[in-house]
Amino acid sequence: MSRAAARRLSALVGKESRQILRDPSSIAIAFVLPAILLFIFGYGVSLDAEGVPVAVVVEQPSPQADSLAAAFAGSPSFDPVYPLHRTPAQRLLRLGEVRAVVVVPASFEADLARGDAAVQVLLDGTDANTARIVSGYADGVLSGWLADLARERGARTAPVIEAESRIWFNPAVRSRNFLIPGLVAIVMTLTGALLTSLLVAREYDRGTIETLMATPAGVGEILAGKVVPTFLLGMASMGLSVAMAVWLFDVPLRGSFLVLAGASALFLTAALGLGLVISAATKDQFVAGQLAILVTFLPAFLLSGFIFNIDAMPPAIQAVSHLVAARYFIAIAQTVFLVGTEWSVILPNAAALAVMGVAFLGLARALLVKRLG
Amino acid sequence: MFRRIRALIVKELLAILNDPKSRAILVVLPLVQLGVFPFAATFEVDSIRIAVWNPDGGVASRDLVARFAGAPVFHPVVAIDGRPAIEAALPAREADLVIVIDQRFSADVAAGRPAAIQLLVDGSNSNTALVTLSYAREIVRDHAAAIGPDPPARLATRALYNPNLESAWFILPGLLGILTTIASLAVTAFSVAREKETGTFQQLLVTPLRPAEILVGKMVPGLVIGLAQGAVIVAVMHGVYGVPLAGSLALLAGALAVFLTSVIGIGLAVSAIARTQQQALFGAFLFTVPMVILSGFATPVENMPGWIRTLTLGNPLRWFMEIARGVVLKDLPPAAVLNLTWPMALIAVVTLTVAALVFRRRAG
Repeated sequence: MSRAAARRLSALVGKESRQILRDPSSIAIAFVLPAILLFIFGYGVSLDAEGVPVAVVVEQPSPQADSLAAAFAGSPSFDPVYPLHRTPAQRLLRLGEVRAVVVVPASFEADLARGDAAVQVLLDGTDANTARIVSGYADGVLSGWLADLARERGARTAPVIEAESRIWFNPAVRSRNFLIPGLVAIVMTLTGALLTSLLVAREYDRGTIETLMATPAGVGEILAGKVVPTFLLGMASMGLSVAMAVWLFDVPLRGSFLVLAGASALFLTAALGLGLVISAATKDQFVAGQLAILVTFLPAFLLSGFIFNIDAMPPAIQAVSHLVAARYFIAIAQTVFLVGTEWSVILPNAAALAVMGVAFLGLARALLVKRLG
Repeated sequence: MFRRIRALIVKELLAILNDPKSRAILVVLPLVQLGVFPFAATFEVDSIRIAVWNPDGGVASRDLVARFAGAPVFHPVVAIDGRPAIEAALPAREADLVIVIDQRFSADVAAGRPAAIQLLVDGSNSNTALVTLSYAREIVRDHAAAIGPDPPARLATRALYNPNLESAWFILPGLLGILTTIASLAVTAFSVAREKETGTFQQLLVTPLRPAEILVGKMVPGLVIGLAQGAVIVAVMHGVYGVPLAGSLALLAGALAVFLTSVIGIGLAVSAIARTQQQALFGAFLFTVPMVILSGFATPVENMPGWIRTLTLGNPLRWFMEIARGVVLKDLPPAAVLNLTWPMALIAVVTLTVAALVFRRRAG
């Protein structure tokens, strides 16, 4: 780089930095938004259902039926109410006040003696995931109760197969531990997209783009001037997010912090690049802002493996998810946080991020050159 | 007065809809998202990759492995050998579940002693881990039942309202709330901020329009656009995805209008405070994201800790989410819908009052 170019670049970086510092909303986007998001997510998002409200209906009281009904109260998974009939119980289900209705039928005692009793479970299928979890809990309660029953009767209590399960990397199965590393990616997607998507569009809106273009600075230098300060801001907000994850939410950081920072830098480049592409392509702040929400935040939330499992999506959607940079970063972040510095996971994902970063920045440059030509 | 407001509303709508790019944003993108997100937002676990270490090798253990291989969710099932292979498989994400079979497994089964196996899962996604484990235990239980005595009681489980437990049925009514929120909030948040940035706000203030009239003129376009988008979403939900419309459309539309009014109040307040469009975008975001997260869209409100649950009471999207799912899937009775609607109306009164106060201060 010649000395003149270096001076131009430093002037541009200075101009963009001052613009950022002068507008409190940029600082807020980089620091306040991540803090609020991590706070709400860290405390608010949990897939761990406990004390699920259920209605248990005993159609005909009998020692066995009552004992099974009591087993539901004994389980920490459930918080049962006991309506007397099926109709009010189903009404509670419709109003969403209970997640399931368990009906112990009038013939339970007699059926049990014959060894062929059925307990009806009606699930609220609206929330399919919770319904599945609740169904599993109910299975657990019944198996526990049956084991107790067998023990009382002096039958062989040991099950035929004993399956011992171990959950690695997250033994307490805290959903927070896997959500928060992903959240760091979401926060950085937001910072990247929000900060950059308006950067070029604003110059068009205000008509200052011509002024900028009339200077000796080339398109690449103008872009670099916009990328450098936002990149630094983005890295600072990433540092804040990781610090909150480790110290506030006790998520273990088992791998190397430097590797995480390196991957963040690659990811941030891709996120900023996408924001600049949006900005250069739309030239209008309203459109750029809407587009930024719709093509960065929602895909990063839904198509990245942050909450929803990519492997279970249909192949076409899985193909689309390969275009979402957050997907690669989340794979790295979850691994570095919970598993360790596992290069076989990190390297391919980092390579994908690098390719995306170069492609987006190149595209943004090409768009700007074309618009001006 | 009505003529003046109408003129302003027409001007506002034209400002948004005359621009082909904003039109595309408001029409095409939500449709694309409706095509992608319902398939993406699934907690289902599929193609679970299994690695099995079977030092026993007897018939009983091979039968158990065959039962795993035969289940459609488990694919592929690979044999590995020795502790080091186990230690490597999970960290490298080469397998989602590792099964270790005790070397006396077949002998124990033959002798009627409890036979042991170990299930190891990757907990870095805790939801997937739990679902994987519950599938695996189901297979083990089936196998135990096949080789041992039947249990005397069983559960007959049936899901109401969504019998096949399809995630899309759960997600689509939620998207109705989210996509209309994004559109209405952005349209209103940018409306005043844009005029301030381009300098036309002063011109608007010197017209005969009173501040209250300007406020109404800025409100209506967001409402119109949100309702129109809502109608399209409901049509796609029912027509394309086959989600049943169990309840009344009129109830849903009424609740949507109240909900959008509360959202627009937030948008107007943001717009009145913001000096530039970037600030408006930031403000819109600052509200959209927590509203989505704390709405029960992806994770149930009941799982949140008590004080966060209290916080969600002030989130209009939380109420609308419950209404949308209730009306669409469960045919929620009108009284119940009303019970969920008045909190939104209350929120609307608060947000609109705040917007009017801020607006008057800034305009005056």
